[in-house]
Amino acid sequence: MRNTARRAVQVVCVLTTASLLAACGAGKERPSEDGSAPGVTDTTIKIGAHFPLTGPAAPGYSEIPSGHDAFYEYVNDAGGVHGRDIEMVVKDDAYNPTNTSAVTNDMILQDKIFAMVSGLGTPTHRAVVQRLNDDGVPDLFVSSGSLQWGDNPSGSPMTFGWQPDYEIEGKVIGQYVKEHMPDAKVGLFLQDDDFGEDGEKGTREFLDSQIVDVQKYTPGGSTDFSPQMSSFKSKGVDLVIGFNTPSYTALSQIAAQGVGFKSKWFYSNVGSDPALVGGLLASMTKGKIPAEQGVKLMDGMMTTEYLSGVDAPDDAWVKLWQKVWDNYSKKGSEKLTNYRIYGMAQAYTLVQALQANGEDLTRESIVKTIEEKGASFEGPGLAPFRFSADSHLGISGMSVVEIKNGASEPLTPVLVTDTGDAPIEEDDSAASDAPPSSGLPE
Amino acid sequence: MERLRSLLGRLVRPVTSVPLARHLVVALIAFVVAMAVIGASSQYLQTRYAEMAYFAIAAGGLTLLTGLSGQLSLGHGALMAVGAYAATLVLDRTGGETLADVFLALLTAIAVCALVGVVVGVPAARLHGPYIAGATLTLAVAVPRLANQWHVLGGEQGLQVPVPRAAELPAWIQDLVWFFTAVEIDQYSFLAYLGWLLLAITFVALANLSRSRVGRRWRAVRDDDVSAELAGIHLGRARVVAFTVSAMAAGLAGGLMAMNVRLTAPGAFTITLSLTLLAAVVLGGLGSLTGALLGAGVLAFLPQLATDLGESAGLSATQAAEVTPVVYGLVLMLVILLAPAGIVGSLRSFLARSYLGQTKEKTT
Amino acid sequence: MQQFLDTTLGGLVLGAVYAAFALALCLIWRSTRIVNFAQAAMAMVTTYIALSLLNADVPYWLAFLAALAAGFGLGALIERVIIRPVEGKAELNAVILTLGLFMVLNGLTAITFGVQHRGFPAPVGTNAIEVGDTSIGITPFGILTIVVVALVMAGLVVLFRFTDLGLRMRAAAFNGEVSRLLGVRVGRMLTLGWALAAAVGAVAGMLIAGGDLVNPAFMDPFVIYGFIAAVLGGLDSPLGSVIGGLILGLSLSYVTGYVGEHLAPLVALGILMVVLLVRPSGLFAAAAARRV
Repeated sequence: MRNTARRAVQVVCVLTTASLLAACGAGKERPSEDGSAPGVTDTTIKIGAHFPLTGPAAPGYSEIPSGHDAFYEYVNDAGGVHGRDIEMVVKDDAYNPTNTSAVTNDMILQDKIFAMVSGLGTPTHRAVVQRLNDDGVPDLFVSSGSLQWGDNPSGSPMTFGWQPDYEIEGKVIGQYVKEHMPDAKVGLFLQDDDFGEDGEKGTREFLDSQIVDVQKYTPGGSTDFSPQMSSFKSKGVDLVIGFNTPSYTALSQIAAQGVGFKSKWFYSNVGSDPALVGGLLASMTKGKIPAEQGVKLMDGMMTTEYLSGVDAPDDAWVKLWQKVWDNYSKKGSEKLTNYRIYGMAQAYTLVQALQANGEDLTRESIVKTIEEKGASFEGPGLAPFRFSADSHLGISGMSVVEIKNGASEPLTPVLVTDTGDAPIEEDDSAASDAPPSSGLPE
Repeated sequence: MERLRSLLGRLVRPVTSVPLARHLVVALIAFVVAMAVIGASSQYLQTRYAEMAYFAIAAGGLTLLTGLSGQLSLGHGALMAVGAYAATLVLDRTGGETLADVFLALLTAIAVCALVGVVVGVPAARLHGPYIAGATLTLAVAVPRLANQWHVLGGEQGLQVPVPRAAELPAWIQDLVWFFTAVEIDQYSFLAYLGWLLLAITFVALANLSRSRVGRRWRAVRDDDVSAELAGIHLGRARVVAFTVSAMAAGLAGGLMAMNVRLTAPGAFTITLSLTLLAAVVLGGLGSLTGALLGAGVLAFLPQLATDLGESAGLSATQAAEVTPVVYGLVLMLVILLAPAGIVGSLRSFLARSYLGQTKEKTT
Repeated sequence: MQQFLDTTLGGLVLGAVYAAFALALCLIWRSTRIVNFAQAAMAMVTTYIALSLLNADVPYWLAFLAALAAGFGLGALIERVIIRPVEGKAELNAVILTLGLFMVLNGLTAITFGVQHRGFPAPVGTNAIEVGDTSIGITPFGILTIVVVALVMAGLVVLFRFTDLGLRMRAAAFNGEVSRLLGVRVGRMLTLGWALAAAVGAVAGMLIAGGDLVNPAFMDPFVIYGFIAAVLGGLDSPLGSVIGGLILGLSLSYVTGYVGEHLAPLVALGILMVVLLVRPSGLFAAAAARRV
């Protein structure tokens, strides 16, 4: 700090370089104001999403975008939606909310996406909802069942849920346990954020008196759950209800075995995929157990289901997904999984909404379309959507299933309900929806 | 001609001979240039410049600590976390819509970090070398986890940060920005201007401090603690003051980071953040504020560049994202092995050498 | 009571791994007066090498030996190429250098092997052992962990106490100049010290990975916990490192089991600061004035 003149020269040099960078980097691109929406041209629609492609939440969830891609390829090949091809930008946030904020910033300002579609995760997406709504970016079909996407449309008018929310899932699980296992001592295994909180809320509506222990985990924190399982064991828990992501299903199973804790298990839908969890379990246990045997470790676990999966290959929707995946997957060697089906089903809903919107596509119009017509969309979900001007919550029900040999066997019919004290009713009407013969929403 | 030069000299000398005035002039010029650059940039680049500003503030503080007083801190990520949470809590309570809210939040961040700086600085002053490295590294891991302990801090998913909307800024600011850049201020450019304004102020303050008695003491402590002690310098006190000043800079940087990221969550303050700051300081050359600015520029712009390079070299997006930490790590290693003075230091000694060479030639 | 027993057993197994890791740090400190902050990353690399072998159907124990050998080689290489130039220079240089190495190794592994979590097999069962009707909170793999760490320690004691090579290594570390005069090839001994340490670190990596998920960051907690365990026992003392590891493992297990996992690093920081400020030479080192 001796030679000021030289320092000044240096500073000016740096700034000049910076300004040159700025000059060739971008110029000034303000959002266009000629009526057409950002990210939409006559021939393309650009959408974006954040997914955990890495980190502890990546197993399973990182496969969802490949389902989206395959379905959009299929649609684009058939001429797109109103002549527009769908392009999807996918960015990795490693399930870390701070990264979500950063990549969303890049998608809005640099990639100039028309809408965020199926951004994944409760703690992650929560970080960007305000931002997306402030900037007027449609935030469609969030890949998470948190209530906050849809229970307050006036607060976040651009945001829509898709899957059943965790509160109604908690209610369905709670009612089932209360009816069929009234003497069970229940332990809750929760992700320590809104995901776990919403699930606990629904469960407690029925099981408050049966819950004897609550244990939580932090995504990205320790992966050793022996202490939590020891606590369940010492409190005499004989039914664990888990609101957790798939890796943590495997980790909790391993820890339970490690401390000798035996129990019935009831995992919420998001953490229960038998193929994935079985594979993880098989690779971690002694020696070389083939994945099929790992799947057996899941036998007897209960969960819920709101989409038909790979274990039902004769289902009309699964046939469609299989056809699309066989013809349009970029990595031909990989199999169709439930996560890819999930992605394709979301993509189906998006295409449905874009079709219903008509040719004049703006950020406001797509929101209006989903509010007005979304409740009548027929799709792969076992229960109808709840979309309206007053609710942006997604699919309204699910059935309780038990896992046997990697497949799910229904224990109940489709149970439809809503948040709060709405009653739980049997309703199989949407489960019989069949896909149009073209496989494209009309 | 000769006359003109002496006239100019007389005009300029008062400015160049008083450090404060000199620093102010340099900072003012730099800020005006920065404003012009920011005004002419896209929103995306504005967010990068804002990021560069808060990294530079944190790196400047760390430079002062490591370069001048010879203490290493791998815990500055934790101090940024403290600043970020302090600012976020204030913005949350006040609504964060006016300029006054913003400054109140940042001042709180600085004040809280000053306090934490003293608390951490006192034991840290007694440690050296690998011990202080290990202790501050543990601090970097431990502090963000406190968010999981206290509900008010929002747990793992963090707290959202309200940011002032451009329309609610005072009219004179909107006019001023319009006057200088011919572009309406919006929330992205506002954060970039704010960052660079505070960066200029921070660097003037740090530069003055390092030229002052305090700064000379720090250097004495760094170069030879025994002699410094013999000369009557209270070692512990000098180190604690350095740590505190540096913590205040980290706190300000954390507050700005919160506003830019719009979320304050423990996941933001990883070991990598602390090591990254160290990389910026080492890269720039320990002890040079210009170097810290340069290093911060690298931090803000390298990730995108490295990721693009990695992807064009055939890596998948997730693999390409790992190129950045590898580059930071290599920088740390290569600088230590090849150019311990950092970029600015090496450049300076190179210039000095070639200057000496010239004068030698002349005399022979 | 059951929970206390389970938590204690879990803490002992964890402590054994910390002990092995601290031992590795201690070996390097004794030979070169450097704390190797890249130790965890080096162990992670060797564990990934073993994982690739296991995925290629190599038997477990062969892969285990391969990890050990890879650690040995990596340690020697790193000492020779990267560490040698800063030996005896300012402390700050070695610290920054090893931290840089930590970032590079983590990043390169992520690029090479991917960042996804993968299951890592264990050679023996990972189910709790049952005694009569009740199961106790330790698995065959947990017992194996303790046995392996004990064997490693015994091996090192034999090496340093009863062999000529061990004597020369100790001499080189104790006083390089004098040893050199006495004909000890000091440089080679220092390299050997690093190689041995990295091999011990590789063992720790294999033990922590078994029956769990691994990803390139899975050893990161060891950067601080290993260091704290080593400091707890006094960086100079191998026995101290082992006891330090056990104490830390038990403490963290109790904190995690009874208070909350998120407070573990904070408690570790507390332990570290108390030791550094009250008893800087560690709990077990012979009392001697020392700057920390």
